[in-house]
Amino acid sequence: MGIEVVVEGLTKSFGKQNIWQDVTLTLPAGEVSVMLGPSGTGKTVFLKSIIGLLKPEHGRVLINGVDMVNSPEREIMETRKLFGLMFQDGALFGSMSLFDNIAFPLREHTRKKESEIRRIVMERIDIVGLLGAEDKLPGEISGGMRKRAGLARALVLDPQIILCDEPDSGLDPVRTAYISQLLIDLNAQIDATMLIVTHNLDIAATVPDNMGMLFCRNLVTFGPREVLLTSDMPVVSQFLAGRREGPIGMAEEKDAATLAAEEMNGYGVGISSANAPRTVVPQLEPSPGMPVRQAALRRRERVLSMMGQLPEAARTAIMKSYTPAAGGERL
Amino acid sequence: MPVVPPEPPPAGVTDTAPKTPEHQPPSRLLAPLRETGKLFSLAATVSREVFRRPFQVREFIEQFWFVASVTILPAALVSIPFGAVIALQVGSLTQQLGAQSFTGGASVLAVIQQASPIIVALLISGAAGSAICADLGSRKIREELDAMEVMGVSPIQRLVVPRVLATMLVAVLLNGLVSVVGTLGGYFFNVILQHGTPGAYLASFSALAQLPDLYISEVKALIFGFIAGIVAAYRGLNPRGGPKGVGDAVNQSVVITFMLLFFVNTVLTAIYLQIVPAKGS
Repeated sequence: MGIEVVVEGLTKSFGKQNIWQDVTLTLPAGEVSVMLGPSGTGKTVFLKSIIGLLKPEHGRVLINGVDMVNSPEREIMETRKLFGLMFQDGALFGSMSLFDNIAFPLREHTRKKESEIRRIVMERIDIVGLLGAEDKLPGEISGGMRKRAGLARALVLDPQIILCDEPDSGLDPVRTAYISQLLIDLNAQIDATMLIVTHNLDIAATVPDNMGMLFCRNLVTFGPREVLLTSDMPVVSQFLAGRREGPIGMAEEKDAATLAAEEMNGYGVGISSANAPRTVVPQLEPSPGMPVRQAALRRRERVLSMMGQLPEAARTAIMKSYTPAAGGERL
Repeated sequence: MPVVPPEPPPAGVTDTAPKTPEHQPPSRLLAPLRETGKLFSLAATVSREVFRRPFQVREFIEQFWFVASVTILPAALVSIPFGAVIALQVGSLTQQLGAQSFTGGASVLAVIQQASPIIVALLISGAAGSAICADLGSRKIREELDAMEVMGVSPIQRLVVPRVLATMLVAVLLNGLVSVVGTLGGYFFNVILQHGTPGAYLASFSALAQLPDLYISEVKALIFGFIAGIVAAYRGLNPRGGPKGVGDAVNQSVVITFMLLFFVNTVLTAIYLQIVPAKGS
């Protein structure tokens, strides 16, 4: 079972520019979470802070009792072996073939025999659909393939925590759907805690158990997916609908004057009509033949126990999603 | 553009504007000190990581071979004219002073103690250091180093330590080569062109030169190799934004190494002259 990631009061600035502040959330063990946010809200910075590549000024990130912000470098290095991080553009080693790239963590951290390494690596290459390309250099393959190779490398050590930085960027919709399904299947198989950073609405709607959103230097919300998907906060509904009207502007946030002007011009009417309850798309299920997602069962317990604190709309959506197959599995 | 309304709405996103944390902006005057501090801390980290297992043998051999292959030929080619220049210059000076018989000793001392380590260091930094810096810099901007760190592999231990050790070892070995070639070049020019006598050349050589001269030469080469490796790695690990930043970093690494070399050389020479008495005194 995956490991819980506890983030407390995290604040990060670059020089005078504050990226986000006081971010507090818990990624429940083994569950899939998605962090949404418009471009440039520091989603990638958030991922890098969780894994300790960037050091926020305030706050803690606790994993197995190790604080990824302030603990000694040696402990952080050890804890990082629990992670698999998929970089936005793969971040493969340009001078190594795909095979060597994916084998790199195994060769560095384990004493496995070369035949054993070959077996594991080919298995992962097969999972991400890159069979036949293992001898190519990263410069010789497409961006989407690099991304999938990056995912294979992240998976090779059987990580407990998987972080994905925009798994969809540079992929066509079909491949994005495959990646979504792949992530859910992986979660069912290895039960790792997963955090996906994205602004892809399809992934956001179908993959996660939990969702959060970063906007305007703050964590807008974090909780079960239904809470965000049914939220009527202007930022969230604008983002999920992909509208121009709302608080999100081309450059981060709009100023008050533009907002008011929009309202006067009657965009506000449009917003409220679009605020009619959105339908919550059912979550993806593991492919046939995969084990039951333990995380889904755990999450069900957890969400039902916190029902009382959730908004009405979210409660209805959750009840609806859990009722069809009473007592059994959701469909 | 819609008409701007007279009043902004009372509550909105603008109210959630963050209170920026009260950080005193670091003074620009202290920037050079900060850079120096980081350079030293990298040097300390590298020295510590040298002893951390597993040692990256393969990477070390590859780097050693690379550094050696790009420096051997230029070093030999540079050291012949350099030895010749010193021989000619010292030769004409000693002739005026009437001390021709000491030409050999003086030019050999100059080559072994000063010219050879400096030539080695300049070549290592210019040929190998720039390559190391560009390599690390482009890995850094392509996030390869981040990826490595995320996998729990320290880029310093995995990449920097083998490179620094390689530059040090090549510097020491190359220093031997340059000393020999430079001395032979000096001998050739003194004996053939200035009509010095071989006997006087060799006699004055052994009259003035002593073993500690060779030791300090090798120590210098070792230290210069270390400096060249560390500075190249430091600039490579901290490029400033994009491919142009890597280019700038390479440039700076060579310039910084050169300046450090001459400074450290002065200090080492001064210390050496203080603690090792000249032969015969």
